[in-house]
Amino acid sequence: MSAGRTGRIAAIALLLLLAGGLFVPDWLRFLLTVAMAQGLVALGLTVQLRAGLLSFGQALYYCLGAYAAAALGRFLNSGDVILQMVAAAAAAGVAAAVLGLLVARYRGIFYGLLSLALSMILYGLLVKTEALGSTDGINILPSTLFGVRPSQAWLRYSVLATAGLVAFAAVLAVERHFNTPLGRLGPAIRDNEIRVEYMGASVRAIIHIEYVIAAVLSAVGGALAATTVGHIDPDMAYWTTSGEFVFIAILAGSGSVLAPFLGAIVYGLIHSTAYQLSPNTWQMTLGIALLLVILLLPRGLWSLFPQRRSA
Amino acid sequence: MSDPVLDVQRLSKRFGAVSAAQDISVQIAGDSVVGLIGANGAGKTSFVNMITGFVKPDAGRIRFGGRDITGLAPRAITRLGICRSFQIPQLYGSMTVFENVLVGLGVLLRNAGRGGFLSREAVVVPGHGGSADEAAERVLAAFGLLPYRRERADALSGGVRKLLDIALAMVAKPRILLLDEPTSGVSAMEKFQVMEMIIQAAKGEGATVLFIEHDMELVERCAERVLAFYDGRVIADGPPGTVLSDEEVRRLVTGALPGGR
Repeated sequence: MSAGRTGRIAAIALLLLLAGGLFVPDWLRFLLTVAMAQGLVALGLTVQLRAGLLSFGQALYYCLGAYAAAALGRFLNSGDVILQMVAAAAAAGVAAAVLGLLVARYRGIFYGLLSLALSMILYGLLVKTEALGSTDGINILPSTLFGVRPSQAWLRYSVLATAGLVAFAAVLAVERHFNTPLGRLGPAIRDNEIRVEYMGASVRAIIHIEYVIAAVLSAVGGALAATTVGHIDPDMAYWTTSGEFVFIAILAGSGSVLAPFLGAIVYGLIHSTAYQLSPNTWQMTLGIALLLVILLLPRGLWSLFPQRRSA
Repeated sequence: MSDPVLDVQRLSKRFGAVSAAQDISVQIAGDSVVGLIGANGAGKTSFVNMITGFVKPDAGRIRFGGRDITGLAPRAITRLGICRSFQIPQLYGSMTVFENVLVGLGVLLRNAGRGGFLSREAVVVPGHGGSADEAAERVLAAFGLLPYRRERADALSGGVRKLLDIALAMVAKPRILLLDEPTSGVSAMEKFQVMEMIIQAAKGEGATVLFIEHDMELVERCAERVLAFYDGRVIADGPPGTVLSDEEVRRLVTGALPGGR
């Protein structure tokens, strides 16, 4: 899909979200905001998948972002959504820059399992850290925007609109990145690492950069989820949370940078509906849904939309 | 010989019981075309692999333009100006021919500090004097690949894949171009034409060409100098006419005399 077309579709989707968000019930605003947050994490997975790498531990940065947002409230008494996202991005950026030195050395199943192991280390640390609420987690301060607290009636909408705008900006930035010399090297690495090295580029350095980009996206998603839900706990780093993001990425397909957000919305709807209809077997419903997508739409939900061949 | 562009001194390499290189010393002059011949397992590809950093030698030194490049990573050697093609073409299979070249040009931009997170490639590519799109068109035209520009690399015929592999090696404007069997997969009728096109493109950029080849007619016609390998050693070195008529070469390499392996 061309960058211009992606931008236009993203702009229309944003307008629909901003306008529709005014009229939908609160539960749907909540679902859509969480979907935007999860979509950012799935977009991070897409960035890595494009280079042929699947992370089974993306929840590491989702959780880190959430705890960075919580730390802002606990230590600076701030619930500002923008500051929370900045803090989350900075924390994840630094963490990924360090951990990426190790992770970027691995490929295939080793990359996936190492990322999983790192997320479980964070989970273990948080569970044992009383100052951060241990297994009970921490409450997040009520959301403010640029220091202003929206009225209760507008609170959910304000956070949804913020999440929509952040998702829009992320879509445009990642789409642009994919069409840069650096971004083109992602699929090149997936196709042929030897040739990338013999063109004079460092495969490890490029994977490291993509890993940091994915971490920052995921952490911003974590901060948004934290402020939306109002409470966080170590389960945000648990391997099943990472599994949810992989689920969303597979459900969505990798045909477009918009796909992760569609996948996250569909996932949220299936999850909510299944839970409401059958609280004890909702996982089975999710499993069947994923199975059907793999069988009927092996390239994900995005393949339902007609693709234009680029020149 | 004036100062050699490539100076290989006492290069040795073993793979278990097999000697891939035994005390090889060779100097290559700039702007020359050198053919490497030898039977399978003679050490030609190992020689190229050591020069390009794919394999580290056990002993010996490799100097390029006076600088010691022994044991450097392939990307570092490529950046210095030694590029290569492969026996089995190394392409980006899911991309079009045009995109394959664009990736290479993007690496040049990145190495020149112009390939950041959001940097576009609509700037002049170092060494190519135009935007990436214009440069890619020129590279494809030089190798007769323009008709294939929109085709996926993994859907190309063997000969065209070879040409694209060589075109990718040329993107970085190398000072030395190493080609591993550049015409394998190319029909017998087109071999000479293809080889001449490759040499013309390389010479046009002032690059020295080293090519591994099994077709002795092609070697005789295209090479200015021939190195004959046998059992990890260079057993003959000189003009094609002299090397190809050497009795030892005929016996051990070309198989023109009985007694070879």
